[in-house]
Amino acid sequence: MADRITMQVARYRPEIESDATFQDYEVPCPRDWVILDGLNYVKDRLDGTLSYRWSCRMGICGSCGMTVNGEPKLTCATFLADYAPGPVRVEPLRNFPVIRDLVVEIGDFMRKLVKVKPWIIRDEGDVRPLSQGEYRQTPAELQDYKQFSMCINCMLCYAACPIYGLDPKFIGPAAIALAQRYNLDSRDHGARERMEILSEHAGIWGCTFVGECTKVCPKNVDPAGAIQRYKLSAAVESLKAFFMPRGA
Amino acid sequence: MTAHHDVLLVGGGGAGLRAAIAIAETNPSLRIAIISKVYPMRSHTVSAEGGAAGVIRGDDTLDEHAYDTISGGDWLSDQDAVEAFVREAPQELLRLEHWGCPWSREPDGGVGVRPFGGMKKMRTWFAADKTGFHMLHTLFQTSLKYSSIERYDEWFVTTLLEDDGRVQGVVAIDLMSGRIETITAHAVILCTGGCGRVFPFTTNASIKTGDGMALAYRAGAPLKDMEFVQYHPTGLPFTGILITEAARSEGGYLINKDGYRYLQDYNLGKPEPKPVFRSMELGPRDRLSQAFVKELQKGRTTETEHGPVVHLDLRHLGERTIESKIPFVRELCLKYQNIDPVKDLIPVRPVVHYMMGGVHTDANGATPLAGLYAAGEVACVSINGANRLGSNSLPELLVFGARAGRAAAEHASSMAAKGPGAAVLARGKDEELRLGQQFTRANGHRERLATVRDEMQKAMEDSAGIYRSGQSLQRGVDTLRELRERFSSIAIDDRSLTFNTERIAALELSFMLDVADAIVGSALAREESRGAHQRTDYPTRDDQRYLAHSLVRRAPDGSSRVEYLPVTITRWPPAERVYGR
Repeated sequence: MADRITMQVARYRPEIESDATFQDYEVPCPRDWVILDGLNYVKDRLDGTLSYRWSCRMGICGSCGMTVNGEPKLTCATFLADYAPGPVRVEPLRNFPVIRDLVVEIGDFMRKLVKVKPWIIRDEGDVRPLSQGEYRQTPAELQDYKQFSMCINCMLCYAACPIYGLDPKFIGPAAIALAQRYNLDSRDHGARERMEILSEHAGIWGCTFVGECTKVCPKNVDPAGAIQRYKLSAAVESLKAFFMPRGA
Repeated sequence: MTAHHDVLLVGGGGAGLRAAIAIAETNPSLRIAIISKVYPMRSHTVSAEGGAAGVIRGDDTLDEHAYDTISGGDWLSDQDAVEAFVREAPQELLRLEHWGCPWSREPDGGVGVRPFGGMKKMRTWFAADKTGFHMLHTLFQTSLKYSSIERYDEWFVTTLLEDDGRVQGVVAIDLMSGRIETITAHAVILCTGGCGRVFPFTTNASIKTGDGMALAYRAGAPLKDMEFVQYHPTGLPFTGILITEAARSEGGYLINKDGYRYLQDYNLGKPEPKPVFRSMELGPRDRLSQAFVKELQKGRTTETEHGPVVHLDLRHLGERTIESKIPFVRELCLKYQNIDPVKDLIPVRPVVHYMMGGVHTDANGATPLAGLYAAGEVACVSINGANRLGSNSLPELLVFGARAGRAAAEHASSMAAKGPGAAVLARGKDEELRLGQQFTRANGHRERLATVRDEMQKAMEDSAGIYRSGQSLQRGVDTLRELRERFSSIAIDDRSLTFNTERIAALELSFMLDVADAIVGSALAREESRGAHQRTDYPTRDDQRYLAHSLVRRAPDGSSRVEYLPVTITRWPPAERVYGR
């Protein structure tokens, strides 16, 4: 194995450049280094001006998603040596505006997150007081939504989604998965409310089950499955609404 | 520019979000803002794994949880605070259940609990082994429904604004634009977490740079019990990734290079095939990490390219238990260590994990400075004393986050008519100018930021590790003084205003240097051994002199002074810590 590798890192400083450029850095490549270790080596030893986000370094905070040799990856969970002898190309996540170097703007996702009402909604008058203890939920009921609760908001699915790439109004894989996480929770009564919100948004019917989002998810969440299930229940719901208007 | 809110939260992790919700529910008319240097769901609460303690089963009592906590803390916990904590923890965990937290369940649908280190009963609630992740996301998502909570995502607070003995706001930098702003408020709650990054080998995320501790310290609030640094006994070598204590509570063994369960040699009980409460692998973290050092001295650890290790053996648990109870352990081992705990031993060594010490607060999160509150790891109430028990920190951030939120809400409501004083606005302007000048001045400095940081971390490990002495600590004090001087000549190469992470790293390093100094100074002053503070030159506990919290204060000339505050004892007089018997 080569003991060093060249990282080709995308640079973009809006005050200096109008377009992104690439800068080469040669870094060590021991067996246990991840892409992020390479970037930290650059930042600490070679070039303090490189900007990127990272925090937990254990694949749970969702900060360090980037494009590595064309694919969206969590850079803390992607080994440098897997790209030997190199070079390995590191770019910001696609489908997002770039703020600087490897840092993308995710404000759009943060606003969409609120829209799907990702919290427990109970029917009025059916809220359990704390004094009555927990809502019962069997392990099987937990299993129904557990997978969709594992999303770390790392944005890899948005970077991989061809629909979001064409239509930024599309509410997107992670937000829909999160809506389903609550819809499928036995403690929640908010599915109908969320359905109305989701149906207003263009894009979801355009999702043709490409499944790129599920392929790139580092936490095995399967947003594509969530979207298909949602489309099915939305279709049923709109039929129901046709025959049985709300409030009837 | 100046913005105003009623209550400001610095930090958007578990404590900050819980506090924000408490404020919104206490007084919906208060304007709340969370300032966080990362998006809230990136906060380090996300990395907590094993669980959250709260008495729920019929065979358990609040007094037993209190006793485990107090004896686990080597009698340095304030017992009135501990009593409040154990009483409110189950309510808080239940509230989180009602907000949707996916707690692991019993077959009948009730919440499941597991054993944990130093605990005499099963009382640790868990969401598999991603408890912190699920708690954080539940809190964050729930916080989105309160329109009175605003957020400054990716803003970095540089100073607290104080006047007339009252904290009335902060100055902060917007990372995206580089803009500097004065943000005033009637109350500020620090919820910035710990400072593990002052050490070289830590489970802590890169953002854990002690910001809130340094902000309070610089504003004149004392830091309490800073000498008590928790080493978790089981971190993966090289990365420092935590292997949760739940791996041992589910039945894992710690073995040395001879395959021997060495904890039996350290007054922690006899090896049994199944886990026994408060015994062996379920002993407290301080004692387990100390046992590792003794094994190392006896030559019974295994050398690796990343230092000496012992091994955690989960093989006898079987794939089903591992997959259902501790799947993240397997995921982390496979992904980062290329081993499968179903059939391989996991190499582990002690790793800096948690600060028992922090900003001095009362049981409502109030610091001695009016208008300033703190909750979570940044604060020291103290319930954790000289050694925190695993699974007490998550309920702590809920209980004291909520208490601090309610207290700050009350304070802010009473101040409603008052605007920020002219002196505060002037101080904000001064800080804005200082930051601007510091940044634009072409300084021609040569010192590399990372070099100073690396040397600080090494100095901390060498001087204030698992075992310390007067000599090692004095060397630490001297090295840190030198590093603070060198810090003034570090080079900042990045001159961009847009998302300048080098500028933020420099501000963080200056915070860390202050916090490191407080740790070493407090450790040097405490001439006894208690919990996680083990002095080779004073190897025993000394209740005559040190049944007391250390309070370190910074004088205006930059020097620090350590004083002591008696521990509050209610019903559990100091006694021997007994494990395995």
